[in-house]
Amino acid sequence: MDASLPALVVVVPMLAAILTALAGRWWRRHAWPVALLATAFAAAGSLRILWRAVHEGVVLYRMGGWPVPTGIPYRIDLLNGIVLAMVACVSFLSVLWMRESVKREIRQAGQASYYAVVLLFTTGFLGITITGDVFNLYVFLEIASITSYVLVAMGRRREGLFAGYQYLILGSIGATFVLIGIGHLYMATGSLAMTDIAARLSGALVDHPSVVHTSFAFITVGLAIKMALFPLHSWQPGAYTYAPSSASLLMAATATKVAAYAFYRFAFTVFGTHYVTARLPQVMDGIMVMAAAAMVVGPLFAVRQDNLKRMLAYSSVGQIGYVVLGAALVNASAMTGSIAHFWNHAASKGALFAVVGIVVLRSGSPHIDNLRGLGRRAPWTAAAMTVAALSLVGVPLTGGFVTKYYLALGTLETGRGVLLAFILLSSLLTAVYMWRCLQRVWFADPDLEPAVTREAPWTMRVATLTFGAACLVFGVFAWIPVDIASAAARALLGEN
Amino acid sequence: MMRPHTESLVVRFIARRSVPFIQLFALYVVAHGEDGPGGGFQGGVIFASAFILLALTEGWGRGRSRMPEPVSDALMPAGALLYAGIGLVALLLGGGFLQYASLAVGGDQHAQHLAHHFGLIGIEVGVTITVAGSMVTLFFEMARPKHFLNVPRRRRRHRPDPDA
Repeated sequence: MDASLPALVVVVPMLAAILTALAGRWWRRHAWPVALLATAFAAAGSLRILWRAVHEGVVLYRMGGWPVPTGIPYRIDLLNGIVLAMVACVSFLSVLWMRESVKREIRQAGQASYYAVVLLFTTGFLGITITGDVFNLYVFLEIASITSYVLVAMGRRREGLFAGYQYLILGSIGATFVLIGIGHLYMATGSLAMTDIAARLSGALVDHPSVVHTSFAFITVGLAIKMALFPLHSWQPGAYTYAPSSASLLMAATATKVAAYAFYRFAFTVFGTHYVTARLPQVMDGIMVMAAAAMVVGPLFAVRQDNLKRMLAYSSVGQIGYVVLGAALVNASAMTGSIAHFWNHAASKGALFAVVGIVVLRSGSPHIDNLRGLGRRAPWTAAAMTVAALSLVGVPLTGGFVTKYYLALGTLETGRGVLLAFILLSSLLTAVYMWRCLQRVWFADPDLEPAVTREAPWTMRVATLTFGAACLVFGVFAWIPVDIASAAARALLGEN
Repeated sequence: MMRPHTESLVVRFIARRSVPFIQLFALYVVAHGEDGPGGGFQGGVIFASAFILLALTEGWGRGRSRMPEPVSDALMPAGALLYAGIGLVALLLGGGFLQYASLAVGGDQHAQHLAHHFGLIGIEVGVTITVAGSMVTLFFEMARPKHFLNVPRRRRRHRPDPDA
């Protein structure tokens, strides 16, 4: 059981999705408990795998018992252990959260298939994270992408269809670029297993350097679309705004960061640190400029939004900049901050989208004015939102501060102090739009009738408070994420 | 819009009579996928093409009646379930996921070889079922005649706009 855990973590949600799709016609009521159990198993299993990765270094599982260059290996080191735990725990909390929201927002006949799609979405992202084979990564990327388009299009408003279609076109271009890149990589090295490609790459660079460069370019641009890095982010606000609240929560907390993880994996494991620093340093400089721009432009757009979902979507455009900046700086401290941000951003954005979902459930609309009086009528929800907002801004004792501290350290160590100004400006703008929310939550005119009149159902409250508590835990007990993240960063850069 | 059927009796007769042969050929392609050209994906597409041929010659409705919507909807996950189920049984019997050799009844080399053989055929059949179901669904959804779309649906009650 323990040895097969890497396979089971992916297979169990997939089986649950199949069963829900098969039997959902007759047992609509059982879809939620099945999804909850499957994601709970995935969450527990992924934490166990992370534990093993921390103690053993690398956990390797060979699919069907085939040796590595022939078969598909599942290979978990600290980096994807962190992302795997993030994806599985966020999926579990989101499924716990979504029962009431799905009842309200999805038509009854579609509810079982909605849970099936959610489970497949989880399977896809878990698969991207866990696999050690580049083509297998592409297959899971397609599973994850196609289910995301479906989730967006299942929203109640017609704009959801348009947003889903826009996402489909751009997402397909991104996935195609990744596939073209993988094809070139296979052409140059003759292998698909990540570690095997890395071993053969130096030879391939002598024989066919331009093929390798082309491959890196295609994969980088494809993944940049998938992670909504600044100039390529145009699909994201629409998709997050018009998707059902539960889908926005799930996607915002996992989707783009998993694409960012894939970029880390390609850049530092497959192509290798030497390649990205010595052979093509210009690419990383370009990525750095894009990340810095994203950090400022995202919040700048977010400040002007009155629709909370759209505001948080633009906020995600900015936050992905933090995740990518660490990779672009190729520095252990900065990368520690970025890898810790996988968890910190999942916790804060998860809590915020959970609160917005509660506001939509209780008041019917995600308009910012519907937050007024939330602190009086739903104090727990409001408290979770406050903590998450502080973490997003980067106030000390919250997770966001840890990220920004290590990123700032990294910019100074690499002599790019000017980036510090971008980090500060980004935090300031984040404070502005989060204050617009908190002011309505806590300091609204008491004479106005609150839009949200009572606290959320208990499933939603538990999930939202867990997200909020995670923001605090990662800030107060900061050594937990930082120790793992810095070990992962040093392993990725080959320093010890 | 697709016409209900083609006028030519010859075309309809030939198409109807070739359906069983197409389906038999599909099974042949699946069974030989292990050591020759073919396999589950190709077999599934050929199998589904029999239904598509029927719909092209006999009309949408009569083609669909041979594989109604609930059946094709159930086939898609059922094939995937067969695939994942074989993998999981191998895992529960002490091997790895999809390690067919662990399905062996006896411990000797021949039993393991046989188990590997049947495991492989089993997942190919799973792929066939899913691909056939998907192909049929794709075709019949895209070719759905216009008058099926224009049937007035129950008008939705006007609700206040949720996201305005």
